[in-house]
Amino acid sequence: MKGGTLGSVPFLGKGNAMKPKKTDEKIIFQTEKEVPLMPMSLGSMLYNKTGAWRNIRPVIDLNNCIQCGICWKFCPDVAIHIENEFPAVNLEYCKGCGICAEECPSKCIAMVEEEK
Amino acid sequence: MKKVIMGNHALSWGAQLGRAQVIAAYPITPQTQVVELLSEMCANKTLDAKFIKVESEHSAMAACIAASIAGARAFTATSSQGLTLMHELLHWASGGRNPVVMGNINRAMAPGWSIWTDQNDSLSQRDTGWIQFYCASNQEVLDTIIQAFRVSEAVMIPSMVVLDAFALSHTYEVVDIPDQEKVDAFLPRFNPPIRLTPSDPHAFGGLTSPEHYFELRYKLQKDMEKVPELVEETGREYEKMFGRYLGEVEDYRCDDAELIFVTSGTAGYTARVGVDQLRHEGVRAGNVRIRMFRPFPFEKVRMILSRARKVAVVDRNISYGHHGIFYQEVKSALYGGNHDVPVFGYITGLGGRDIMPETYKEIAQLTLAKQKPEEDITWIGVKR
Amino acid sequence: MSKEKKMKLSLPTEELMGSGHLACQGCAATLAMRYVLKALGQKTALCIPACCWSVIDGPFPQSSLGVPIFHCAFETAASSASGLKAGLEMVGDTETTVVAWAGDGGTFDIGIQALSGAAERNEDIIYVCYDNEAYMNTGIQRSSATPYGAWTTTTPVRHFKNRPKKDLDAIMAAHRIPYQATANTSYPEDLYKKAKKAKDIKGTRFLHIYAPCPTGWKSRPEDSIKLGRMVVQNCIFPLYEVENGEKYTLNIRPREKKPVDDYFRLQGRFRHLRDEDLKFIQAEVDRNWERLLKLCEPKS
Repeated sequence: MKGGTLGSVPFLGKGNAMKPKKTDEKIIFQTEKEVPLMPMSLGSMLYNKTGAWRNIRPVIDLNNCIQCGICWKFCPDVAIHIENEFPAVNLEYCKGCGICAEECPSKCIAMVEEEK
Repeated sequence: MKKVIMGNHALSWGAQLGRAQVIAAYPITPQTQVVELLSEMCANKTLDAKFIKVESEHSAMAACIAASIAGARAFTATSSQGLTLMHELLHWASGGRNPVVMGNINRAMAPGWSIWTDQNDSLSQRDTGWIQFYCASNQEVLDTIIQAFRVSEAVMIPSMVVLDAFALSHTYEVVDIPDQEKVDAFLPRFNPPIRLTPSDPHAFGGLTSPEHYFELRYKLQKDMEKVPELVEETGREYEKMFGRYLGEVEDYRCDDAELIFVTSGTAGYTARVGVDQLRHEGVRAGNVRIRMFRPFPFEKVRMILSRARKVAVVDRNISYGHHGIFYQEVKSALYGGNHDVPVFGYITGLGGRDIMPETYKEIAQLTLAKQKPEEDITWIGVKR
Repeated sequence: MSKEKKMKLSLPTEELMGSGHLACQGCAATLAMRYVLKALGQKTALCIPACCWSVIDGPFPQSSLGVPIFHCAFETAASSASGLKAGLEMVGDTETTVVAWAGDGGTFDIGIQALSGAAERNEDIIYVCYDNEAYMNTGIQRSSATPYGAWTTTTPVRHFKNRPKKDLDAIMAAHRIPYQATANTSYPEDLYKKAKKAKDIKGTRFLHIYAPCPTGWKSRPEDSIKLGRMVVQNCIFPLYEVENGEKYTLNIRPREKKPVDDYFRLQGRFRHLRDEDLKFIQAEVDRNWERLLKLCEPKS
C-alpha cells in the first residue's frame, strides 16, 4: 500500500460492493462479494406490497368527494395519491387501517371487505 | 523536534499530528491530561477539530462513531471503567466499520477503586473486533497513533492504542515529535469508501436477518486478516520517513535464546533489563514484546518462539476461570505444527503491583527448574 | 365530478417517506415522520436508536426513506446526533439538518442522559421524540412516558401504571434550549409549522410528538387521528411551545375543555379503570392544565 501520496488513505477493500444499486426490487445476495462492506441500504421498500396485509379496503365515492385532501394527508402508508385533482388509493400498499374513511368529512369513503 | 513529554501528551500529539477532526471525550484518571492538552490544542487552533465534551464515555464513543460515518477522522481516549462503559459501542464501531482511533490507559477494574495499571480493561475487549496495540514508550505511543489512523482507515476497522497507567501515561520521556508536513505526507486525509450524506442517502445499520448477518461479519474477519501485513508495511514506511520501525512484535536477543519471555506494555521493556541481567549470569534469555495483540500476530510469534527451548509468558491480567490471556493465546498459537515448545504462564502485577527486573529473574529460575509447565497458574508476587 | 376545482392541500406534496414500510395499520409514528420530513426537506440526516422506527424503515438492505439514516444504539440518539453534526461540519457540510429521532423509551428513560448532555451543550440538532407511551417495539412494556392508569405488559391490570407520565417537557425547559414544542399528528399543519420553525433555529430544538399506537393502546386503527384530537381538546396533551425555557406559548386553547372519559373509553389499555380512577386522572389533568396556563400568562 503506497503512502506518501497526497489524497487519501487508499481503501484495501476495493473489491467490496460499495456502489449502491438503488433499486426498488428486493435485493438478494448470492455471495459475500455482493454484500456491502457495512450494513447499509441499497434499495427501497417498494418491493414490499403491504396491500396484502389488509382485510378491508377503502372505496372512494368521487361524486361526493369535496377534494379537501384530508384522506391523502392522514394516510400513514402514503397509499393515497392525487390523480386529476382527486384522491386515488394505491391498493398495492394500502393496509386497510380505515383512517381515511374515519376522517373523511363528507363520509364518502367506505371500507369494504376484501373478497376471500 | 524533541520534547520531554508524558505518555498522555504523546497521545494528544499523535491526535494533533494525525489531524483528528472530531474528538469526543470524558475525563477519567489517568487519562485526563490527554483531553486537557487536546482542549488547549483546539483552543489555540493548532488542532482544527470539534471537541465534544460529552457527558459519559458511552456518549463519547457514540459521538465518535457518528462523526466517523459522516467522513470525519474521530479520536477519543479513556481508561478502565470508561472503556468498559463503552463496551456495547466498541462492537458497534467494528461491526459498523468505523475506523475510530482510541487511546486507552490500562487501568485496573474496580471494585475496589484502583487507578494503577493492569491489562484487564483492554484485554476484556479483545473480542470486540478492534485492532489493539500495546505500547512501551512515549515515542511508541505517538508513532503508533499516527500509524493507527492509516491502518484503520485502510481496512475500515477501529484501533485502540494502549499504554500503562502512570508507568507510561504519567512518565516523562524524550519524544521526537515529527513535523506536521512530514506526517501529512505519510498520513493523507480520511476518505472513506462510503459516508453518510443526504446527497447519497442510505440507512446504515438497519435490521439484519440471519440471511445477511453472517456475511457481514465474515467480511470483518477477512479484513482483520489483512492487518498484520498492513501493520508491517506501514511500519516499514514509517521507518523510511521518520527513522523508527515498529512492527507486530519487538524481539530482543531472541536469536540464540533458550528461554524467551513473552511480555507486553512497559513490563516488556523491564523484561529487557531482566534479560540483560540473566545473560550476565549465563542464562541465554530473550524477550518478545507483543505490540499488536489484535489481530494476533500468529506468524511472528510462531517464528520467533519455536526456536526456544522454553517460553515464559508474563501476564499482567487474568481471565478468571482460565489463565492469563497472553498465555492462553500464545499457547494456542504454538499448538501443533512445528512449533512445539513448552509454554509456562505467570501472572503478576495486577492492580499496579510493580514488575521489576528481579521478577524476571524469579520467573526464569522457576521456568528453568521445571521440565513441564504447571497446569495451574503460577502467581508471582502474591502475598501468601 | 364535473367540478374543475383544484385540490388545495395544506401540506407540500413531495414525499420523503415511501410506501412498503413495516408499520402497523394506523401507526401515527409514521405520520410524524412523514410530516417532519416534509418540513425539513431532503437535506436531513436521521439518527434513529432502537425504537419502532428502527424496524418500520425496513430491513437491510432496503430503506423506505429518502434521507440518510444512522441506526444507533439505544441510549445514543442525542450523542450520535451530536457526533454526526460535528462530523458533517468538519467535512464541509454545514447545511444538513441533523435529527435525533427516538421513541419515548429512548428519550424519557435510557436516552435521557445523552439528551440532557446534548441539550446542556446546546448541540445544533433537532431532537424529535415520537411518544406512543410505552416500549412498543419490544412488545408494549411500560416506560416513564406511560400515562397513569395504563395497562402494559409490565403493568398488568392488577398493577396498572400508578405513576404519572414523566413531564419531560418541563425537564427540557429547565435546560433553557432555544426552542421546544409539543405536537400531534392529528394537527399536521401545526406540526409542520413547528418543524419548519425549528429548522431555522440554531442550537438544541426539541419536538415532543404525541403518536397513537393502535397495537399498544388496544384502540381501533382508524381512531388514531381522533385520539390525537381528543388529547388536545381534553388538555391531556396540550399543544404549546417554549423558547429558552421561559417564554411559553399555548397554540390551541380549546373553547370547551372536554372531560377525559371519552378518550379513555376508546382504548383497551384503559378498560379496567373504575370511576374513581377516572376522577383521579381528571383532577391531575386539570391541575396540569392550570399550571400550564399560568406559565403561558404574559409576564408583567
